Amino acid sequence: MLSDALLLQLGYNATLVTLGAMMLGLSAGVAGTFLFLRKRALVSDAISHATLPGIALAFLVMVALGGDGRSLPGLLVGAVGSAGLGLAAVSFLSNRTRLGEDTAIGSVLSVFFGFGIVLLTVVQSVGQGQQAGLEGFLLGSTAGMLRGDATLIALSAGLTFAVILLMRRPLTLAAFDPGFAEVAGHNPRRSEAILMAVVLAVTVVGLKIVGLILIVALLIIPPVAARFWSEQSDRVLLIAGLIGGVSGYVGAAISAIAPDLPTGPIIVLSCFGLFALSFLLAPQRGVLAMALRHIRFRREVHLQQGLLAIAQGQPIYESLTRRLLIREGLIRADGVATPEGRAEASRRLRDVARWREIRNDPALEREAALYDGLTNIETVLTPDQLDALDARLSPQAEIG
Amino acid sequence: MVPEDRSGAATAAPLEVHGITVTYGEKPAVFSADMTVRAGELTAIVGPNGAGKSTLLKAVLGIVMPLAGQVQFFGLPLDKARDRIAYVPQRASVDWDFPTRVIDVVLMGMYRQLGLLGRVRQAHRDAALHCLTRVGMQDFAERQIGQLSGGQQQRVFLARALAQQADLYLLDEPFAGVDAATEKAIIGVLKELAEEGRTVVAVHHDLSTVPEYFDNVLLLATQVIAEGPVSTTFVPELLHKAYGGRLGAGQVIGALAETV
Repeated sequence: MLSDALLLQLGYNATLVTLGAMMLGLSAGVAGTFLFLRKRALVSDAISHATLPGIALAFLVMVALGGDGRSLPGLLVGAVGSAGLGLAAVSFLSNRTRLGEDTAIGSVLSVFFGFGIVLLTVVQSVGQGQQAGLEGFLLGSTAGMLRGDATLIALSAGLTFAVILLMRRPLTLAAFDPGFAEVAGHNPRRSEAILMAVVLAVTVVGLKIVGLILIVALLIIPPVAARFWSEQSDRVLLIAGLIGGVSGYVGAAISAIAPDLPTGPIIVLSCFGLFALSFLLAPQRGVLAMALRHIRFRREVHLQQGLLAIAQGQPIYESLTRRLLIREGLIRADGVATPEGRAEASRRLRDVARWREIRNDPALEREAALYDGLTNIETVLTPDQLDALDARLSPQAEIG
Repeated sequence: MVPEDRSGAATAAPLEVHGITVTYGEKPAVFSADMTVRAGELTAIVGPNGAGKSTLLKAVLGIVMPLAGQVQFFGLPLDKARDRIAYVPQRASVDWDFPTRVIDVVLMGMYRQLGLLGRVRQAHRDAALHCLTRVGMQDFAERQIGQLSGGQQQRVFLARALAQQADLYLLDEPFAGVDAATEKAIIGVLKELAEEGRTVVAVHHDLSTVPEYFDNVLLLATQVIAEGPVSTTFVPELLHKAYGGRLGAGQVIGALAETV
C-alpha cells in the first residue's frame, strides 16, 4: 500500500494532492530558509495562527451571501486578509513600540487564534446540517480534497518558489548585512516585504494540507536541517527545498493510505525524520562528525604533549596520554619510550624549535601565523625553506 | 568653517552634508552637522564615544533616517550615486555564522552588476580573488567566514567594498579590534585608493594614528567641532573642545607628537 502511494498509484486525485504537497514543501523550505537566516522564524507562527479568524469570517460571509461556505479560494482570501492584519500588528508592535518581536508574536498569535476559535464555534452553530469541515484547517486534511484545490495549491506553491529563486540575491544580502544592502541599492525593506508576502502565501496555501498549527514546522525544520549540510547559502536554500519537498511528498502519500490521520502531523514527522538524519550524519556539522573530530583532535593533542614530554625527559601524568602512546607503540607498558617513540619525540621537539624560529623571520610572517601547536611544519614550508631554517637552528643547538 | 572647502563645493565634492540631525527618541545623536569631503583624500571622523560618529555615517547613507538635513554625493542625491559609493559596516553588525564563504562575501559587492539572475562567471571570480589579494586574503577564499579572526573578517569586508569599484569609500571603525598586520594591510589599501584619486572617509577612534593615516579630520561631539586638514584641525585646543575632560593631556600630546 505504502509503495503504491509513494509511486503515485492511488489514482489521479491522490497523485495531484501528493504533488501539491511536494510543491508546498519545496516552497516552504526555500521561503523558510530566509526566515531562518534572518532569525525570524517565529514570525511565520504568528502569521499562520492569524489566518483562523479570516477563514471563519470568510465562511460566514460566503454562507450569508448564499454561496458554498467551503469554497477553498474564498476561504484562502479570508485567511490572507486576517494573516496580513496579524503580520501588520506584529511589525507595528515590534517597530513602533518598545516591545520586542517575541512579545509581539506571542500576543498576536494568541489573540488572533483565540478569536478564530470563538468564530469557529459560531460557524458550527450557524452551519447546522452543512458540514463545515473547517477543523481540517487546524491540522491539515487531504481527505476529500478537490482536484481544483490541489491544482491551486501546487500552482501557488510553484509561484512562490519562483519568486524566492528570482529574489535570492537581495534576500541573502538583506539577511546577512542589511546596512550594506541598503547602501548598495538592494533596499532591504523591499526584500523584507517580499519575503513576508511569500511566507504569508506559503502559509495560506499550506493551510489545507498541513494546517495552521503545524505549518511553522515546514518553514523552520527544512532550513535548520539543510544548514547541517552546507556552508553556502545558495546550497542551504536548495537543500531546504529538497527536504521540504520530500517531506511533503512522503507525508501526503502516507496520508493517502491512512485518511483518518491528519496530514499535517505526518508531513511534520517525515520532515523531522530528515532533520534527525541531517543532525546525526551530516559530514561537517553533524553531531557524529563533530564527535569524531573532537576525539581525533584530543588524540592528536595528547600524543603531541606526551611525545614532547618524552623528548624533554619529563614524566607523563595523564593515563589517557599513556594509553594512546602505548597503543601507538611509542612507549612500552612500563612507560619507557620505544625506539620509534624516541625518534618521533625528537622529531616533534625539532618542529617546536622550528616553529619558534620562524616567528623571528618577518618573511615567514604568514606561515608563522598558522601555528596551532599541532600542525606539522613540513606541510607549511617548502623543503628549501626547511633546509634554510635547519641551517639557522643547528649552530644554536650546539651552543645550547 | 573652512573657506576653501566651500569654494570647492562648486565642482561637486564626493560628499557634502548640510544641517543633518539624527535623534534616537528625543535625544539628538548628531545635531545639525555640516561636512564637505575633499576628493582624492582620506578623511577621519573622530570624536569621543557616543559622539555620533557611526550615526552620522549611517544617516548620510540612509541606513538610519535623519530628522533633518541634506546630503549630496558628487552633487547628486544618494539614489543617483549609489554605484559610486562603497560602504564598509562595522564588523560586529553581521552574523559571522551565516552560511557563506569568503569569496561569496566579496561577490556580494558585485550583485548590483550581476543583477538578479546574472551568472557568476570566471571573470567575476577572478575579480573577486584580485580584491582578496589586495587585502592579503587570497588564501582564505574558500573558508567559511566564521573561521576567520576579527582582523581577517574586516579585510574581507574591505575586499567586498573594493569589488564595488566605487569612487567614495565610507568605513565604519575599520581599525576597531584588529591585529597590527590587518591595520597595516587596511591602511595600505586605503592609501592606494586615495592615490588612484578615490576618496576615503572613515570613522576612527585611535587618535594616535590620525596624523599618520589621514589628510583631513572632522571632530564630532554631537555637533561638528571642526573640520579641515589634519595640520590645522587636529590641534590640542580643538581636541579638548571635542573631548572635554575625557581626554587626558598625555593622549593629546601623544597624538600630536607624530604631527610635529
